[in-house]
Amino acid sequence: MTIRFLRDKRFVASILILGGLALLALFAPALAPHPYDAVGAGGNLEAPTREFLMGTDVLGRDLFSRILFGARVSLAVGFLTAIFALVTGTLTGALAGYFGGKTDRILMGVVDVFSIFPMLLLAILLSLVVGRGFFGIFLSIGMTTWVTHARLVRGLVLQTREMPFVEAGFAIGLTHRAILFRHILPNLIGPMVVSLTFQIPNNILTESFLSFIGLGLQPPYASWGTLANEGFRGIQSYPHLMLFPGAALFVTMVGFHFLGDSLRDILDPRSGTNCTL
Amino acid sequence: MIPFLLRRLGQTFFTLSFLVVATFFLLRLAPGGPFDGDKVWPPEIQANIEARYGLDQPLLTQFGTWVFDLLRGDLRESFRYLGTPVTEILADAAPASLALGGIALALSVLVGIVLGVLSAWKRGTLLDASAMFIAVSGITLPTYLVATLLVLLFSSHLGWLPPALWEDWRSMILPVITLSLRPLAVIARMTRTTLLEVLHSDYIRTAHSKGLRTSQVVLKHALRNALVPVVTLLGPIAASLVTGSYVVETIYQIPGLGQYFITSVIDRDYPMVMGMTLFYGGILIACSLAVDLAYGIIDPRIRIEEQR
Repeated sequence: MTIRFLRDKRFVASILILGGLALLALFAPALAPHPYDAVGAGGNLEAPTREFLMGTDVLGRDLFSRILFGARVSLAVGFLTAIFALVTGTLTGALAGYFGGKTDRILMGVVDVFSIFPMLLLAILLSLVVGRGFFGIFLSIGMTTWVTHARLVRGLVLQTREMPFVEAGFAIGLTHRAILFRHILPNLIGPMVVSLTFQIPNNILTESFLSFIGLGLQPPYASWGTLANEGFRGIQSYPHLMLFPGAALFVTMVGFHFLGDSLRDILDPRSGTNCTL
Repeated sequence: MIPFLLRRLGQTFFTLSFLVVATFFLLRLAPGGPFDGDKVWPPEIQANIEARYGLDQPLLTQFGTWVFDLLRGDLRESFRYLGTPVTEILADAAPASLALGGIALALSVLVGIVLGVLSAWKRGTLLDASAMFIAVSGITLPTYLVATLLVLLFSSHLGWLPPALWEDWRSMILPVITLSLRPLAVIARMTRTTLLEVLHSDYIRTAHSKGLRTSQVVLKHALRNALVPVVTLLGPIAASLVTGSYVVETIYQIPGLGQYFITSVIDRDYPMVMGMTLFYGGILIACSLAVDLAYGIIDPRIRIEEQR
């Protein structure tokens, strides 16, 4: 198994990219050449130089340092929302698929309602109720993405429930809980991990989109979306302010994309492209 | 079919009601009201204004009268653009948004399927590689970066296309490309994967051995089955176009609904927010309904009863 992972070039490349990013994010305070919120660390709107690798923004803050700190926000939001979706979605989908009938109809009805809720509207409303920032973003992404996962797990549980080993479990008198949590769900870890690696980049993209339109973290904190928004205002004259945060996001997306592709081929060879929107 | 349709419509109605109720009460949960601007009015005037718009009533009464007005087709007047009915604002701004979303949807489905078919058909060739390069960049490039690069290249640098606005067809090219790139990429990848899978199945070998031309086998026999999973994607894609169009409208300054989305919530323009919610919710729900129906037409094996 390990050899199959290491032989896959996409897997190795994506682990290098994402591992590097994670390290940069983790050690951002030590690595950043300037404090991320230091106004006037350099001149205003300077082009990239040796001291300011990616130039400075309109207040003279070092863009490279801000992007390093932005990585923390983006990665944290991506992971936390995906884990929230994984837990909620798995529970809902597993119960619906396993018990079927009325349980299924009610739970999937809830899923349908949530899947139709426009994420943007929810994000705007939540930003009013809980304030703009990390928590609102987390809630709005979490509440709209767990449904995809619930549907996936329900479908998988429906298939697995008919397997002989489940019948054998019933025959020796196992409880529903034991069958579902110890025998069915562990069999589904492969597809679930694959789905997770597609979910994380989608959530990161959504976070950056919400921050771009001004619903995310507020200054002086920075996420890549916030930085791109600041850069957007001067796009014609100072394109570097927009291009560097965009490029950071692009690199992250490429890393996750190849990770997802290789994991799918290794762990879940039967399924097709798992790329959700 | 009829009972399914009825049940599905019932479910649709329930979903839309939930959306409307949730939006109405979440909006009121937020602190602040539509008439607490920078100007501070004497309390009696403030009270007068609120009474004029029924804001002094209990929340449930307000909701009841709103629903009652809605049933008569009246979405009320906007609080921000006083005197202008919400229906009028929607009618003014919706065409640009719908055109942008519609063209982008059509383009991404068309080009996405063509790219997917070509790359599965000519697997391993340069054509396949370049189609998948487009697909991967479409999935990994954030919308605002795509927009920036396109504007910098085609309007600032080459001067071929206008950088903003929504007037003649030339101004539509960049926004439509920006909006459709991601769904196009997803559709292309999905088509390629499912088509490759179908092309390895027994009935395709039979079709080949009957002496049919490859083009006939791929386009007539394989594609129809390969498109079923692609159709399921259309629901989420339509939803993402709705949100995606907001960013694109902002970047290209298109006079669509996007400009009202956030401002109406910030201004606590209650009638406007509710009108937008109904409008977007209606579109999303109509899309998912259409996908369900299209599903049965493309794949007659899917009996409606099987869908739980």
